[in-house]
Amino acid sequence: MSTTTPTRPPAATNAVRQRPGDRIFKGVATASGLAILVILAGVAAFLLYQAYPALVAPAADIAGGEGFWKYTAELVFGTALSAALALVIGAPLGVGIALFITHYAPRKLAAPLGYVIDLLAAIPSIVYGLWGVFVFAPALVPIYAWLADNLGWLPLFAGPVSSGRTMLTAGLVLAVMILPVITALSREVFRQTPTLQQEAALALGATRWEMVKYAVIPYGKSGVVAASMLGLGRALGETMAVAAVLSVAGGVTFNLISTQNPGTIAANIALQFPESTGLGVNLLVATGLVLFVITFLVNFAARAIVARTSKG
Amino acid sequence: MTQLTTPPRPAVGLGTTRHLPAWAPYAALAVSAAFSGAVLALAGFNTAGWLVLTAVVFTVLLVSASRAVEGPRKATDRFVTSLVVGAFLLALIPLVSVAWTVVSNGAARFDVEFFTYSMRGIVGEGGGAAHAIAGTLIITAITTVISVPIGILTAVYLVEYGRGSVARTITFLVDVMTGIPSIVAGLFSVALFTLLLGPGVRLGIMGSVALCVLMIPVVVRSTEEILRLVPHELREASYALGVPKWRTVVKVVLRTSVAGIGTGVTLAIARVIGETAPLLVTLGVTSAINYNPFDGRMSTLPTFAWFSYATPTLPVEASIDRAWTAALVLVILVMLFNLIARIVSRAFSPKTR
Amino acid sequence: MSKRIDVSDLNIYYGDFLAVEGVSMAIEPRSVTAFIGPSGCGKSTFLRSLNRMHEVIPGARVEGKVVMDGQDLYGSDIDPVDVRRTVGMVFQRPNPFPTMSIAENVLAGARLNSKRMRKSEADDLVESSLQGANLWNEVKDRLDRPGAGLSGGQQQRLCIARAIAVKPQVLLMDEPCSALDPISTLAIEDLIQKLKSDYTIVIVTHNMQQASRVSDMTAFFNIAGTGKPGKLIEMSDTASIFSNPSQKATEDYVSGRFG
Repeated sequence: MSTTTPTRPPAATNAVRQRPGDRIFKGVATASGLAILVILAGVAAFLLYQAYPALVAPAADIAGGEGFWKYTAELVFGTALSAALALVIGAPLGVGIALFITHYAPRKLAAPLGYVIDLLAAIPSIVYGLWGVFVFAPALVPIYAWLADNLGWLPLFAGPVSSGRTMLTAGLVLAVMILPVITALSREVFRQTPTLQQEAALALGATRWEMVKYAVIPYGKSGVVAASMLGLGRALGETMAVAAVLSVAGGVTFNLISTQNPGTIAANIALQFPESTGLGVNLLVATGLVLFVITFLVNFAARAIVARTSKG
Repeated sequence: MTQLTTPPRPAVGLGTTRHLPAWAPYAALAVSAAFSGAVLALAGFNTAGWLVLTAVVFTVLLVSASRAVEGPRKATDRFVTSLVVGAFLLALIPLVSVAWTVVSNGAARFDVEFFTYSMRGIVGEGGGAAHAIAGTLIITAITTVISVPIGILTAVYLVEYGRGSVARTITFLVDVMTGIPSIVAGLFSVALFTLLLGPGVRLGIMGSVALCVLMIPVVVRSTEEILRLVPHELREASYALGVPKWRTVVKVVLRTSVAGIGTGVTLAIARVIGETAPLLVTLGVTSAINYNPFDGRMSTLPTFAWFSYATPTLPVEASIDRAWTAALVLVILVMLFNLIARIVSRAFSPKTR
Repeated sequence: MSKRIDVSDLNIYYGDFLAVEGVSMAIEPRSVTAFIGPSGCGKSTFLRSLNRMHEVIPGARVEGKVVMDGQDLYGSDIDPVDVRRTVGMVFQRPNPFPTMSIAENVLAGARLNSKRMRKSEADDLVESSLQGANLWNEVKDRLDRPGAGLSGGQQQRLCIARAIAVKPQVLLMDEPCSALDPISTLAIEDLIQKLKSDYTIVIVTHNMQQASRVSDMTAFFNIAGTGKPGKLIEMSDTASIFSNPSQKATEDYVSGRFG
């Protein structure tokens, strides 16, 4: 240090002089962070811009001839139904698997078993689509036939059964696809349950299930809800598997085992887009915007639950 | 002294409650398997039905035996255990089935021609996916080159510099981005390039832009998580040596977490390489090799598999076989990247010996 | 090689919170100055303000002056990075860089700043620094092994070697032995005695025996209660602090009646 500089009073805030390297690096990092902001704003803006013509077009110009909202409502119904089925089937299974891995399986096996379930997430959705349409759907036909014969009085199983490419099959495939999402987060939550309480429960003579019921599940409840909602968000936006599996005829129906099904937004875009031009493209972009809003709300709710839980 | 006079008692409860022997579950399994087999032999045997029936009979048998011998609490416990194990085994069925189907169906065309020929001028049987493999590699590479720097630098910003509302907003937006449906990412790219180049345009770079929207948040999240694990003491050690902050971040923080970041990036690649929907709307379809992402349509493995299935050429079987082999190659690529991720995390993590 | 530090009326804030209030002291060159006091009395915070390390925590700032040989370390034209090159620091827990070998750890100050150095020059620096930290004989055969593979005491001496390789004037030590076993502690104390012929050494310690063993001057810090700022109660040569303190609080503390 040179000793030529006279001492002077310090600035009140100690404004730190930054080196050029520091300034540049911080600038680049900040710019990257802001790029995310720009990209997302871009997504919203460009989608809106391209969707706008469809939103204001006269009803007769929209496919189906009854206007944008009628067209979209049917797809929203199909999307919601398939995702709800996936959730109803996938959530209990996912939670059960998470419990198995964290509290039932031998401790040494926990990590490998978790890895096996994660493999389900690694399989590309197009592969699920091919598997669903060529293997899974045909295998389900006898079960659907039995359902139609014996439970046909329920509107859900009215049939008629002609192939396995039904709403229920789509829901089942989606359930498999969201299993790893739900399992991964639930596992995380169950693993973080306080061991002291669990040991206390066991020390009081509780069976393993009683311990899980009183010391694990209450603690992990909101985590499981959040995990399920993330899974739901995933199911809502899943495209290729549904596009391959679901046989679409349009219309709103709760009949799960027929081939006369409403489509889903995502699958409809994938199926229609390659052949669409002009207003058709605008229409599909507009439905995509609706999907974006729906998944945003679902994910937002899930994150809010996670945030609330982690606070205390 | 009074203790000496009390009569000896058996240790608390031990030996007084009745238990099913340790072999009971195995015996129940054997019995129910035999029983189900016998029932189905009469009604017409099939493997899936046999497994399901065995599981049901096993549960009923074990739970009622437990209820009779051990009481309702133990019986409930055994019932839940069966359910939980059952849930896991049930999840294995699709996994095994998918793996088996892809491998057995994909093997039919897993030959040299598949990897060396495109579909240019191919009618009917033969042909390959060289154009699709090239497309997948090019588009994934471009996506990675764009996403990784943005993702890592954003994570650096959030961990090392970000304070207050800007950082909170970016964290929130990254969460939102994580939830964007892949098809919407594709539409975004379409909307963007329609604005730039007019309607109906299909380019490789459009696919990469769409995939970037999906990949960036994954890279940010995983990198952020790893950077937060770097002990604060290391940063302090570096500052105390008179090292400026940016050099500390680059040479200490990033260097220390390179294994974790590499793993995260590789897994992110594995995730986007299998994406189909966004490529379907941005790349279009072509049967020839195209190495130029800025000019004309491109094919990729997932879209090739899709169009081979959705718009087959005659004979249909040849098209479907190509779809399966494309799916198999895709699965192999994904697994390869998962494997690389594990190797990276082993090879680059700090050693102590 | 070593310099004198004069501190006058130093207040240290974290945001609006006043952590240390009104400290003035003179730290002599070629001597060991020890800071003692109960937990939370601000002695570590004060130590970190001597090389501007506390600025790593957002919102931290100081009022007052820290003058080293006529130059205010908090002058507006002073780069904290330069301050830290002149005033080195050793931390409570040994923190060698896990990705670097023993030799690379010693050279870290130069390498992280991308300073070019001839091979022979680097080898000399490694040897002299490790010699200086009494570690050379133990590690000379395994310089390319990871620094994290050493024992805790060796790691701490490696950190000292790393600090003196930057050729600082002053060496700050923040409870350097609190994570170490007694034998390693002894080795570090011996080393401190040796280093004081070349450096101005300031050490924070919880261990009063250690302070009396290694230091020439001792400063006692205290705090009136939680939420109150820490203050310098008295500073004197070590012998008189421990045998004949002028303040009641100091006497209570060094005789073990509180804290």
